[in-house]
Amino acid sequence: MKEKIKIASGQGFWGDLIDAPFHQVTKGNIDYLVMDYLAEVTMSILQKQKNKNPKLGFAKDIPELMKRILPVCIEKKIKIITNGGGVNPISCAESIIEVAKNIGINKLKIAVVLGDDIKDRVDELVSLGCSLNNMETNQSIIPIKEKLLSANVYFGAMPIVEGLKLGADIVITGRTTDTGLTLAPMIYEFGWDKENYDLMSSGTVAGHILECGAQSSGGNFMGDWQSIPNMAEIGFPIAEAYPNGEFIITKHSGTGGRVSFETVAEQLLYEIGNPEDYITPDCVADFTSIQLEDLGNDRVRVYNIKGKKATEFFKVSCSYSSGYSASATLTYSWPQALTKAKFADSILRKRLENLNLNFEEIRTEFIGYNSCHGPLSKNIDESLINEIMLRVAVRSQDYNSIERFGKEIAPLILTGPPSVTGFAGGRPKPSDVVAYWPALIPKKFIQSDVKLIEM
Amino acid sequence: MKKQLLEIAHGRSGDKGDAANIGIIAYDDKGFDVIKRELTIDRVKKHFDGICFGDVERYELPNLRALNFLLHNTLGGGGTVSLKHDAQGKTLAAALLKMEVDY
Repeated sequence: MKEKIKIASGQGFWGDLIDAPFHQVTKGNIDYLVMDYLAEVTMSILQKQKNKNPKLGFAKDIPELMKRILPVCIEKKIKIITNGGGVNPISCAESIIEVAKNIGINKLKIAVVLGDDIKDRVDELVSLGCSLNNMETNQSIIPIKEKLLSANVYFGAMPIVEGLKLGADIVITGRTTDTGLTLAPMIYEFGWDKENYDLMSSGTVAGHILECGAQSSGGNFMGDWQSIPNMAEIGFPIAEAYPNGEFIITKHSGTGGRVSFETVAEQLLYEIGNPEDYITPDCVADFTSIQLEDLGNDRVRVYNIKGKKATEFFKVSCSYSSGYSASATLTYSWPQALTKAKFADSILRKRLENLNLNFEEIRTEFIGYNSCHGPLSKNIDESLINEIMLRVAVRSQDYNSIERFGKEIAPLILTGPPSVTGFAGGRPKPSDVVAYWPALIPKKFIQSDVKLIEM
Repeated sequence: MKKQLLEIAHGRSGDKGDAANIGIIAYDDKGFDVIKRELTIDRVKKHFDGICFGDVERYELPNLRALNFLLHNTLGGGGTVSLKHDAQGKTLAAALLKMEVDY
C-alpha cells in the first residue's frame, strides 16, 4: 500500500484551459490525472453527434490531448481517469489506442466503464415498475418519453476501481459522478473498504474540491481576488491523499493562483444543497464535519470527514428536446442609452405581438444595467452611462416563431432609436432547447460493465 | 453600525436545476455571528424579490463559518431552458453581498 498518492485535476469542465492537464503532468510529480468533461446537457449534445456518426459521442478533445500527455504519463507512470467517454466510451478508448500507435507507444491498457446509458432501456424499466418520475416535480416521464435525447445513470467510484484492478493505465467512463473520479484511486491504492463511509466521504469531498478545476485554487474567487498571484498561469488543484482519509489540497510550485482556507471553502459550498446530505452513489457525505487547516504555502489540510451509507438509488440524468430559443443583442450609446434600449424593446415587442407569434417567454435584459442582479440593480444617473446592450431572448415550441424573431432585430437599427450598433453577426439562429429530467432508479436494476481494451 | 455584507463575507453561487445555491462565508467568527443573525430565510427571500419565485432553504456550516442557501424557482427554468443572461446564477452570491446588515 502506498503511503500517499497525488491526484491532480486536469479539467473543470469541457472547454476548460486546454494546457492544464499538460501542466499537471509536467510541472511536478503526480500519480493520477482526473478530468471531468460532462455537464448536465453535455450528454444530449454527444448523443446527437453519435446519432450522426456512430464513431462519435465522446469529448473529441481527448485524442489530441492524449497525443501530448501520453508519452509523459507512461514515462512517469501517471494514470488517467476521465468521464470524457460521454455516450461512446468504447470509441473514445479506440481513438486513444489509435493515437498511441501513431506516436510509437506499443503497450497500453484502457478500461472502459459501460452500463450507464439506459436510453434504450427506458420502456423496459418503466414496465418493470421504475417510474423514472422527475425527482424535483414528481411528474411522470411518459409524456416526454418520445422526446428523450439521453438517459444516463450516474455511476460512482466502484466501476473505476474495477478498471484499475484490471491494470488499466487509463479509465474512460460515460456518466460518472465528478467525485467518483477522485475517490476511485484512493479506494484502489489504499485498499479502502467501500462500506467505510467516513473514508468514502473523505474521497468524495476531495473530489468535490477538484471537480471544478482552478475554482479551488484561486479562480473565480470572490474574497480578495485581486491579490491572487499570477492568475494567467494559474495552477490547477492537486489532492495529496493519505490512507487515513486526510488529504492536503495544493498545486504545483511555481504556478499561479492560491490554495487557502478561503479558496477551498468557496469551492466546498459550490452547487451543494443540504450540507449534511451530500448524496453520491458511494456515500452520503456530511459537509458540516469537514475541518480545514491552512498550512500556508498553498497547502490546506482537510480532515475529520464523516459520512453515512449510500442510498438504495442511482440518480438518472435524462435530457429531452423541448422546443427552440434564440437571443439577440443591440448596443445603444450615450446619451440616454438605457432609455433608448428600453424604447427599442417596446417597439420590438409591439411588432412581435402584431405578427401573432407564439412564445412561451420573451425576456429582456439590459447588459450594463440589470442582466445580473435584476431588480436589485440600483437606479443610476443615466448621463453617466456610456452604453447599454439590449438583450432579448425568446423560447417557443414553434420553430417559425423563433426564426421570425431573428428577422425582427436588424430592422430596429433603421426603424428605431438612434446611435445603435453591434449587429454584425447576422440574424440570430434558433437553437434547440434541451430540458433536463433528473430521476432516481433502484440500484438493483442497473449493472455496470467494465471492459479492458489493450494494445 | 451598518455594514455591507461584502465587507465581512465572501461567497460563491451556482445552479442546481432551476434552483440557485448561494454559499456565504464570513471572514471571522464575529462575521459568522452577524450573518447567522441577519441572514434569515425571510430576509433573503425579501432581498431576492423579483428574482427568486420559490422557497428559500437555509443551512449552517459552522466548520466553514458559512451559510448555504437554496433559492428555488430562480433561474428561469435552469439549463438551456433558461433565457437569462446569468442562467446559472453565477452572480447571485455577489447580489446577496450587496445587503446591508447591522454589525
